[in-house]
Amino acid sequence: MARNTDLADLAESIFSDSWDPGATGLDTTAWRACAESGLTTLTAPDTGGTLDDAAVLLETAGAWAARVPLAETDLLAGWLARSAGLPVPDGPLAAVRGSLGPAGDTTGDTTGDTVAGVLPRVPWGRALAGVVVLDGDRVLVLDAAALTVTEGTNLAEEPRDTLDATGVVPLATGPAPDGAADELALRAALGRSLLLAGAARGALARAVGYAGERRQFGRPIARFQAVQHMLAEAGTEVAAAAAASAAAAHTARTAGFAAAGTTLAVAAAKARCGEAATAVARITHQVHGAIGFTREHDLRLLTTRLWAWRDEDGNESYWNDRVGTAALAAGPDGLWPLVTG
Amino acid sequence: MAGTPSAPATATRSAGPARTTRLPALVPEPVELPAHLAELRAEVRAFLDAERAAGAWTPRADVWLSGWDAGFSRRLGERGWLGMTIPTRYGGHGRSALERYVVTEELLAAGAPVAAHWIADRQIGPSLLRHGTEEQRQAFLPGIARGEVFFGIGMSEPDSGSDLASVRTRAERVDGGWELSGTKVWTSGAHLAHAFFALVRTAPVDEGNRHAGLSQLLVELDRPGVEIRPIPLLTGAHHFNEVRFDRVFIPDERVFGEIGDGWAQVTGELAFERSGPERFLSTYPLLAALVGELTAGTGTDAGTRRRIGSLVSRLWTLRSMSLAVAGALESGEAPELAAALVKDLGTRFENEIVDAARLLVDVPPDPGAPDGFARLLADAVLHAPGFTLRGGTNEVLRGIVARGMGLR
Ligand SMILES: Cc1cc2nc3c(=O)[nH]c(=O)nc-3n(C[C@H](O)[C@H](O)[C@H](O)COP(=O)(O)OP(=O)(O)OC[C@H]3O[C@@H](n4cnc5c(N)ncnc54)[C@H](O)[C@@H]3O)c2cc1C
Repeated sequence: MARNTDLADLAESIFSDSWDPGATGLDTTAWRACAESGLTTLTAPDTGGTLDDAAVLLETAGAWAARVPLAETDLLAGWLARSAGLPVPDGPLAAVRGSLGPAGDTTGDTTGDTVAGVLPRVPWGRALAGVVVLDGDRVLVLDAAALTVTEGTNLAEEPRDTLDATGVVPLATGPAPDGAADELALRAALGRSLLLAGAARGALARAVGYAGERRQFGRPIARFQAVQHMLAEAGTEVAAAAAASAAAAHTARTAGFAAAGTTLAVAAAKARCGEAATAVARITHQVHGAIGFTREHDLRLLTTRLWAWRDEDGNESYWNDRVGTAALAAGPDGLWPLVTG
Repeated sequence: MAGTPSAPATATRSAGPARTTRLPALVPEPVELPAHLAELRAEVRAFLDAERAAGAWTPRADVWLSGWDAGFSRRLGERGWLGMTIPTRYGGHGRSALERYVVTEELLAAGAPVAAHWIADRQIGPSLLRHGTEEQRQAFLPGIARGEVFFGIGMSEPDSGSDLASVRTRAERVDGGWELSGTKVWTSGAHLAHAFFALVRTAPVDEGNRHAGLSQLLVELDRPGVEIRPIPLLTGAHHFNEVRFDRVFIPDERVFGEIGDGWAQVTGELAFERSGPERFLSTYPLLAALVGELTAGTGTDAGTRRRIGSLVSRLWTLRSMSLAVAGALESGEAPELAAALVKDLGTRFENEIVDAARLLVDVPPDPGAPDGFARLLADAVLHAPGFTLRGGTNEVLRGIVARGMGLR
C-alpha cells in the first residue's frame, strides 16, 4: 500500500497555492480545485479512492489549515447519504446527528412533509450546499439554502453554525443503515485525527523553520540544546499522531468500520492525536516566543486548530474511556490479543 | 520565513508558505501484518501458555535484561523461533523480519525469560550476516539459532558512555592478530555469555575525525587475560559486569568487519536495535497485571478507565510506529530518525506504566513476593531507570532527532 505520492503532491500544491493567513470562511478557490480533481468525492464508490488516500489528503489539508470541509463532505455526508440510498448533493456538505421532529416515515413517500428542529454547531453551516442528518433510524438530506443560519465558530474561527430546519421540506429521506450512528462517530473521529496529525506537522514545521532563523545571544535559537530537545519532543508527538491516524485509516479500510479492531484503532488514534495536539501547540508556541502569541503570526492558524479539533468529535477523555472500557472488559489475558487485533 | 529574523513583525508577514510544511518523514507508512502470521502467533501463544501452566517460568518485567534462562532459549531454538531471519545454510530459518517481530512481541508481552539469547538473536546474527566472514558465520550462527551460543555487547567504558567515540580500549597489532588492553563496563550478561563484540581503538585518536581508527573485535570471553567482575544492579541481581582485558590475544580471524570501520558498523547496528518491541514492552506484564487488579476489584471509575485507556491508546500507537519501522527495515531502508523517535517515546511509555500502576492500585511493591502485581511492580520500579539509558540515552536520541529535523 505505497503511500499515494501523486495525491500528496496534488493536495500540497492546491493547499499551498491558496494559502492566505488573513482569510476566514470557505476557501472557494481550494474547494473548486479539489472538486475538479475529484478530491471532494475521493472515497465515493467508482472513483477508486480509498481511505488510505483520504488519509493522505486530510493530513495535508490539516498541515495547511485548509478551509474546506473535505472530511465532512466525503467521509461523512457522502457516505451517509449514499448508504441510505439517497442522492448526494453537489458542493460542500456536512453530516450531523439530530432530531428533526415529524416528517413521514423512513420508507414511504415523504414528499411535501416538513420537518422541525435545530442543528447546533454544524461545521461550515453557512457555506454548505446540503446537510445530511441522521435522525434515529432515518437519514434526511436537507437543502442548506432552506435553513436559517445563526453563525458561530470554533477556536480556529472555522464556522460552527446553528441551523434551524423548522418548516423545511427535505430533499430526500431514506432508512438509516445498521450501525449508522456508530460508524458516523468513528468516521468523524478518524477524519478529525488525520486533520490533527496534519496540523501538528504544520505547526512543527513552522517552529523548526523559525528556530533556524530567529537569532538570540548571537546565534540561531536552534543551536541551543534546550530548544532542540523541545522540538525533538514535538517531533515524537507529530510522529505518533501521524502513525496513529494513518494506521487507523488503514485498519478501517481493510477491516471495515464494523470491526472491533477498527473501533479500537480509531479511538486510540483520536485520543493519541488529541494528546499530541496539546504537546505540539505548547512547544511550538514556546519556541516562537511572543511573536507566535499574536494574531499577526500564522502559527495560530495551526495551533488554534489543534486546540479546537482535539475537543471536536470526542475528546481524549471520551475516546480513552472507550479504550479503557474495552481493555478492562478484555481483562489481563485478553488485553494483548485486543491490542494485536 | 525570509527577511530579517531579528525583526519579528517582518518575519511574520513575509511568512512564505511554500516550504513551511515540509519536514523529513518522521515515521514510515503503516504496515499490516500478513494474514498468515496469525497462525504463527497462535502457535507461540499456545507454547507460552503451556510453559506457564507447567510452571516453567513466571512472567516478569524487563525480561530481556533480567530473564536469563538457557533452557528456555534452547526450547525456543528447537521450535525454530531463534535465528528466524538467518538463512537456512547457517542453521537459521530464512523467515521474514515481520515473522520475527510477531514471535518477539509475543515473548515480551508474556514476560518470558528471553535474556540469554536476546543480544545474539537480535543483533549479533544480523551483524554477522552483514559484516562477518564466512568462517565466523559458520562458527557462530548455527549455535545462535539453536539457542546455545550467547553474546554480549562491549561498547561502553568507564569514561565512554554517550560519547562512544571516546573509547580507549586499545588493540595493538601483533603477529597473527591483535593484543587487547582496557576495560569495558555495564556489559549485560558477560558472565554468562560466550562472546561479545568489543569496540576498540586500533589507531591513535585523530582529533579531526574522532570516528576514525575504531574497529570491532569478536572476543570469546574465555580467552586468557579476560577478567569479568560483577556490578550488582539496584535489585542486587547480577546482570552488569566490568570486563577487563590484560593483553588479550585476538587472532585475525576474530576481527569483525574491516579494521577502521568500527564506527560505521556500530551505528548501523544501533539503528536496528532501537525501534523493536522491547522499547515499549518492558513493563507490559505489569500493565496486564494492573488490568487484572482493577477488574478483580469493585468496578472502576471514569478516571481509572481513562488512565488505562490512555495507556492502551499509547501502546497501540507505539506498536503501529514500531511495526512501521520494522517494515521499512525489511524493505531495505534505514529509518534512523524514526527509530530514535520510537525509542524515546517507547521508553518513556514504559515508565508511564509504572507510575499508573503505583497510583491506581494502592499496594506497596514487594520484591520478596514470588509473583503477582506487587512483585512485578517492585521489579519495574527498580529497573525503570535503565529504560531511558540503555542503547543510547533519551537526551542523546533527541540530539539525533534534532539533527534529522535539520536543527543542527
Ligand atoms: C540496563 C542497561 C544495560 C546496558 N547494557 C550495556 C551492554 O550490554 N553493553 C554496553 O556496552 N553498554 C551497556 N549499557 C550502557 C549504556 O549504553 C550507557 O549507560 C549509555 O550509553 C549512557 O552512558 P553513561 O551511562 O556513561 O552515561 P553518560 O554518557 O555519562 O551520561 C550521563 C547523563 O548525561 C547525559 N548526556 C551525556 N552527554 C550528553 C549530550 N551530549 N547531550 C545531552 N545529554 C547528555 C546523558 O543523557 C545522561 O543523562 C547498559 C546500560 C543500561 C542502563
